[in-house]
Amino acid sequence: MQQVDCEVPAARGGGSGQSRNVVAALLVLGVFVAISSATLAADFRFIYFSAYLWFGFAYGMCLQYGRFCMASAIRDLFAVGVPRMAVGIMIAVVLFSLVSAGVTVFGRNTFHASPIGLYSIVGGLVFGIGMVFTGGCASGSLYKTGEGSVAALLVVLSLSFTQVLVVDTGSWSNVLVPDSWTASAAAKGLPAELTATDGWYDQFLAGYVWDLKATTVGQALGFASPVAAAFIGNSLVNSILPALAILVAIYAGWFRKGYLKTLSTPYRGAATELEGLWAMVTASRRTAIAGLILGVTAGLHMWVMQALQQALGIYNAGELLQAMGHVEGLSIQDTVFDPGYFYITTQEAQGAGWVFEKLGVNVRDSIFFGLDNGVPNPLLNPVLWMSVSLVGGAAAMALLNNEFKLKFPSREIALWAIGGGVLMGVGARIGLGCNIGAFFATVTNGDPSGWLFGLGMTAGGFIGVKFFSWWIERKMEREMSLDL
Amino acid sequence: MAAKFEKLGEGDYQLDVQGYVCPHPQIYAKKALEKLKPGETLRLVFDNPSSGESISAMCQTQGDAIVEQARDSGNTMRWTIRKH
Repeated sequence: MQQVDCEVPAARGGGSGQSRNVVAALLVLGVFVAISSATLAADFRFIYFSAYLWFGFAYGMCLQYGRFCMASAIRDLFAVGVPRMAVGIMIAVVLFSLVSAGVTVFGRNTFHASPIGLYSIVGGLVFGIGMVFTGGCASGSLYKTGEGSVAALLVVLSLSFTQVLVVDTGSWSNVLVPDSWTASAAAKGLPAELTATDGWYDQFLAGYVWDLKATTVGQALGFASPVAAAFIGNSLVNSILPALAILVAIYAGWFRKGYLKTLSTPYRGAATELEGLWAMVTASRRTAIAGLILGVTAGLHMWVMQALQQALGIYNAGELLQAMGHVEGLSIQDTVFDPGYFYITTQEAQGAGWVFEKLGVNVRDSIFFGLDNGVPNPLLNPVLWMSVSLVGGAAAMALLNNEFKLKFPSREIALWAIGGGVLMGVGARIGLGCNIGAFFATVTNGDPSGWLFGLGMTAGGFIGVKFFSWWIERKMEREMSLDL
Repeated sequence: MAAKFEKLGEGDYQLDVQGYVCPHPQIYAKKALEKLKPGETLRLVFDNPSSGESISAMCQTQGDAIVEQARDSGNTMRWTIRKH
């Protein structure tokens, strides 16, 4: 075997390569500082955009540092029996829920619960299969793009453009729509330009989803006190207890056996089990730290955005754009997509929708674009600034970690990325979001629909893993048969 | 670049999954290790950083020993794993 000049990971750092990477990371940071400074100098109201930008940058750094990816959480658990990422995500869920409960009590929480229905499970299922095929969830694909993976960029593009095709399906898809959805959509009395009774997705939204009940656990349990509703109902009951239950299930199913096998002290019942649980939580320090920081950052993001909305006297960035003279991308309600918290897929769909419009396709005859989210110029889309800066933050962190590498995919990997991205795009629109918008930001704000999406995503991940394992086994047998 | 699984010598195998992203390297590694006998070694070559932690944790869980971890200047990881 040919010997290579190798370097032990623990000893990395130093050397001219590392110095170049530090300079490159500073350059990436400098680009975003320049964008932020220049726009603020031009108009102070761009502070709202900059807030999204810097939280996006922080998310990118955090995700890359912990290699934080929900596809990895589900896939590694089922495929190779590794629980570290699922554990990190549960840590992030607990912390995000506590901070967002604080925002609800002491500020103005911008979160709106999603309707509770079967669609969340179906959307999560399709999304979950797709993210196993691509190798990254919606946020994971963004941070991997920052690491230089062109395959991850293909995933982002595929899921973005697919979403537009889903929400703007034409008359051909009416055959898929039950009469009850059409009747219900027609009864909503939406403006004629939205053509709400033409096309599957509009009727899915107006004729089915909007008729479902949306609530948070805090509201459903009828707490009179807002503090109890936020901290007990939303955070404890909807986030912390389920997260702890999942951690215990993961410990029992994937970690306990190996832990007890290597135990050097006598077994002491519950004390040993609790030590084992703690050992699982701290097994990957890097992932646990990333989970901690991500949870707190996501909560702070919510806090900062609502504070800025109050300071600027707005409820939606559309008002800001209108005041700044940029009305061309607004919805018919004069709004644009502006969740006020961590989100991934909708702003990417807006970017792709803008491209479709430039190609002469009217996408604003859909509820998704025309009524809800608008199609702003990507340069004036505050939430898209977050996605772009997330890639930048991940690139800076990857450079500092000496992990940046521009990698072009083989045809096989490109096909998995595009095909999986299509499934992710379809799943994200059926489920009204991705692993972040329909799960992470949802379960942490007391909305039980997030757990339905999570359930579907886990089932989809399981199916995806089974298919993938079969595929690789088959490939190894056909192409790499060895006399073992 | 296609994945390559080859025999280097008696009880010594190499799996090269350079160019592959998650989840390919970790699933290929798991499948390859399943095919080996206890005490045999797998030299794993990959360049997807996210797969590293998963493979490391997988080996820990299964009791397989990573006896050598190296990375060259082009960010390619070369690990030697001894099957438990």
